Parts: sequence; C-alpha cells; structure tokens
Amino acid sequence: MSDETFLRIDCVSKRFGTVQAVDAADFAIRRGEFFSLLGPSGCGKTTLLRIIAGFDFPDTGEIYFEGVRVTDEPANRRPSNMVFQSYAIFPHLNVFDNIAYGLRRARLDKPTLRRHVEDALAMIKLEGFAARRADELSGGQRQRVALARALILKPKVLLLDEPLGALDRRLREAMQLELRALQKSLGITFVFVTHDQEEALSMSDRVAVMSAGSVLQVASPRVLYEAPNCREVADFIGQMNFFAGRIIARDGAVARVELGPLGQTSLAIDGVAGNDILVALRPEKIVLSAEAAATSVKGSVAAIAYLGERTHYSVAIAGLKEPVFVANQNSEKSPTRSFAAGDTVFLSWLPDALVVLPND
Amino acid sequence: MRRPGRRGRAGLLAYAISYLAFLYLPVLFLPLFSLNDSVFIAFPLSGFTTQWYAQMLADDAMLHALGNSLEVGTATALLSTVLGLLTAKALTQFRVPGGAALLVFTSLPLFIPDIVLGISLLILLNIANLPLSLLSVIAGHTLICVPFAITVLLSRLEGFDRSLEEASRDLGEDAWMSFWRVTFPLALPGIVSSLLLTFIVSFDEFLIAYFLAGNEATLPIYIWSQLRFPYKLPAVLALGAAILVASTLLVVFAEWLRSRGLESRKQFMVGA
Repeated sequence: MSDETFLRIDCVSKRFGTVQAVDAADFAIRRGEFFSLLGPSGCGKTTLLRIIAGFDFPDTGEIYFEGVRVTDEPANRRPSNMVFQSYAIFPHLNVFDNIAYGLRRARLDKPTLRRHVEDALAMIKLEGFAARRADELSGGQRQRVALARALILKPKVLLLDEPLGALDRRLREAMQLELRALQKSLGITFVFVTHDQEEALSMSDRVAVMSAGSVLQVASPRVLYEAPNCREVADFIGQMNFFAGRIIARDGAVARVELGPLGQTSLAIDGVAGNDILVALRPEKIVLSAEAAATSVKGSVAAIAYLGERTHYSVAIAGLKEPVFVANQNSEKSPTRSFAAGDTVFLSWLPDALVVLPND
Repeated sequence: MRRPGRRGRAGLLAYAISYLAFLYLPVLFLPLFSLNDSVFIAFPLSGFTTQWYAQMLADDAMLHALGNSLEVGTATALLSTVLGLLTAKALTQFRVPGGAALLVFTSLPLFIPDIVLGISLLILLNIANLPLSLLSVIAGHTLICVPFAITVLLSRLEGFDRSLEEASRDLGEDAWMSFWRVTFPLALPGIVSSLLLTFIVSFDEFLIAYFLAGNEATLPIYIWSQLRFPYKLPAVLALGAAILVASTLLVVFAEWLRSRGLESRKQFMVGA
C-alpha cells in the first residue's frame, strides 16, 4: 500500500437540504502527515471531517483507508479516533474512566489497563489527575484528556475538530507546538480542522483550503502562500494585492504583460495577445524607496501602521482604484520614521514575485 | 413595582397561611381520625387506638386490591417511562419533522377528562372484543402517564451534548453500548423521577381503572366500594393515611432527584 493513498477522499459530496456542504472533494492524505482542512466557518471542513470519522455519510463518493472502502462503515468500525470541538468529556466519569473508555473492548486485566492509562496521562502531562471529575478540569486539561482518550486506542488517523478554538491565545500557541511534537513522535496521521490560517500554516505538512464546500487547493503551506492557484486561496492565506493585466505580445514561452499603471513586465505564462490576466503580489515582496529606479512605480503613502518588527504602508498609485498594501520588515534600527503619510515613494519588486492567477 | 408595606405583608402572610390550611387541613383529618377510638368521624375525639390499622392489615380483599395497584403502578411506570424515554430522545436528538406538534399530540391525554378517556377505552375494548382486566387498566394508565414521563425526561435530555454519544461511537462502542454507557447514566436521575411520578399517577388513578378493571379492583376502587359501610370507614382512613405518607415520601424523593439532576446537568451542556 502506497503511503500516497493512505486515506483517500474520492469525489465526496454531501448536501444538507439546500446547502451543498461538501462539493466533490477529491484528494488523498499521506501516512504520517499533519494534514489540515482550512477554511472559513461554514465552508464544509467539519462536515468533511465527520464524513472521514463516520458520523456523516456522503451522498456520492467514497472514503478509503489504506485501499479499503469504508464509506458506509460507522465510526466505531473505522481506524480513526476524534478529538471533538467541545472535547465531549464524559461528565459522569472521572479522568481515568474517560481515558480508559475505549479500552473496555480490549478486555485488559486491571494492572495492564492501569499502566496504559498512566502512560497516556504521562503523555499529556496530567500525572496524578486520574481521580479528577470532568467538571474539575480546565479547558486545556479537558482538551488533553480528550487527546489521551483518542490516542490510547492507537488510531491510524487522529481527527481533530478545531481543538484549540476554545483556548486562550497563549495556551493555544503552546498547544500548537505540543500537538505538532506529539504527532511527530507518534508518527500518527493527524487530520486537523481549523479556520485559523496561521495555525494551519505553522502546524501542517499539507493543507487543503476549502470554501463553500469545495476544496480549492491541496498543498504545503509554502506552496499555498507563494503559489496559490486561485484568487480565493491567495486572498484567504495572508494579505495579497491583486492587479488586472493583459497580454500584449508573446515571445516563445514568455509573454509581455501590460499591468496598467504598474507598467509592463515579462512573465512565463500561457495565453495569447489580448488575453486578460490577474496578477497577485504579496505586500512583503514590495520594496519602498525614496528614489526612482529603472522599473519602479511611483506612489504616495496614504497610511502607515507601525507594528514593531514590521511596518505596514498603504500606498496610493495614480490610476489604481485600490491602494497597494506594502509590509516592510524593520530590519535596521531606526527610531525615526522612514516615510510619512503624503511622502512620494517608489515601489519595486523582483519579477518572479508576481503570481499569475486564473482570471475568473 | 412597589414593595408591599408592613400591613400589606401581614395580609399576604395571612393569605398564604389560610391557603395552605385550606389545602392541607382536610388531608390531616385522615391520619387524625385513623387514630381515633371511634367508628364515628366526629369531634370530640374519644381516644387513641391503632386498631383500625390492625383491621386494615387483616383485610384480605384490601390487601389484594393493594397488590393489584402495586402491579398496575409498576407496569405502568416501566412502560410509560420506556416510551417517554424513546420519545424524549427522538425529540432532542433528531430534528423530527413536526416535533412540536408531536409533543402537543402526546400531551393531549393530560387535557382530556379521565371520564371521557375511560368511557372511550371501554367502548374500544368492547368493539375489539377484549376482556377487561388489569392489563386494560395498565394500557389506560400508560396512556395518561406517558405525557408525564416525556415532560420529565425532556427536561433532562435537553441540552445533552450530542458529541458525547458520538465520542462513545468513535471510541469503538456501538449504538446499544453507547446508550448504556453514556446516555443511560446521564439520564438516570430523570428516569428514576419519571418512574416515581408515573407510578404515583397510576396508583392514585380512579376513573379509568373503574371503567377498565372488570372483576379486579385497584386500591382506589376498593376504597370507593368500602365507603358504603360506615363501620369500615376508620380502616379506610387508616389506609388513606398510610398511602398519604408513602405518596408524600415518593414525591419528595422524586422532586429531590429532579432538582439534583438539573444541577448536575449543567456539566454536560454544550460548551460547558
């Protein structure tokens, strides 16, 4: 069995009433990877996770675990376990019984069971909490118990439904690192649902970006950021400037492109003269300078936000409706301001900083 | 709103006391006269005796009727609580089409006069050519007890985090074991208080039992039949007093369980 098709989501669609919750999702998750489903709320990521878990069943399409079709199998017969958004800690059981819940069917003798649970408690750093009642746990502790309860069954896949959403910022950042380290040391495949793009980028090996039920792009965080495949992904991940352009000439593999007030540039893209294109440029790839250079574009600073390690500029350019958003790293120690609102500045960037998107 | 003045407060207190007196004083005559050494229910009291209780315990017909009532009450309580649990679970767990209408429909027996229900059930059994027995009483009582069971269990199951059962499924248990390991223990206070409440309703019920019991008598029917004989009245009073004490204890226990349930329910509300 190839690791490439460890968990296959094969053209899965699911409709609730008039809402197309998941629309022809089609991708594979690799063995041992940290995979995120990222998208705004209501994009279908939780529904897709529940279909993988076996709580919801697709209208069309199939789910395969290691090549075996499990589309119609209920959750209790799938090799996956889940950490719920609400954690779903059983309120009538203490921590020990919560963690041992899934081991009943293994019929272990008492000492073995105790050892397993104690190992799990050690893994989540909650030694000595075995007798605590569910309502005596903090949010972070409940989350750890939910994690231990799922992992003690040694699942092939751990599904996590926005597990960090209820935690405060500092705890969330600590848990991100911890989850990532845990996943690497256990080698278990994690499928992680989140609406927080920073969280998805920093934790994942690969991310599927979803919107309105569709999977837009499945790629590594770096590819998603540097080479988004459509406007929606470019817009959802980080900040992005968009410019309309047109191909004016073609010379072999290279097209000459007119970008309105930004001037002309050469890009290695398909298309013939006359085609409209959409070009995107990340704010931090733009360099601001007080002096004009050969290919720079003149603008004037409309607004400044100083953020410590970087400064954000909003630059108005004659002929563009929207100001261009620029983020500059404050790499030099300079207590005085470099630019002020109203200053004339010149924008420049490397030619390969431009991302060409399908124009739709 | 203005707070009542001193005089107003005294008036409210007097009102509350007379209300409670009107409600409970007549009931207190039962134990009082059941311990009075006279067949006549009248003042002045003539002395203390427990002979009526002894007479009551020696009455085989009465004990038989008591047995019948316990049997009917237990069967009714079990049956209506199981049906109520299934309904409450369906209404809280799934988006049942017409759920609200269904709830009104199942509560309807509460609002139909028992005498109407009793007569219609009697007619139905006659048409179906079914014999009257304790079984028909159980059926009639279940009809009026299910709404009570649903009400009690709904308040217990509402707000139940659905992911608890899903978590159980996810951890390898099937639907049946998930019910026993998660839903049942969490609903248990509600189940017990439903059992007690429906038992009491059935145990006290007279009209439907009167129509459907046939040759058998439940305790209320037996008491009714004894009222024709004045010399038997004190023993009936003793019986009434005993039932009063038992009922009160049961209701207090059920209410205590219910309120305890409401408290512990907070723990497994969504987002708790």
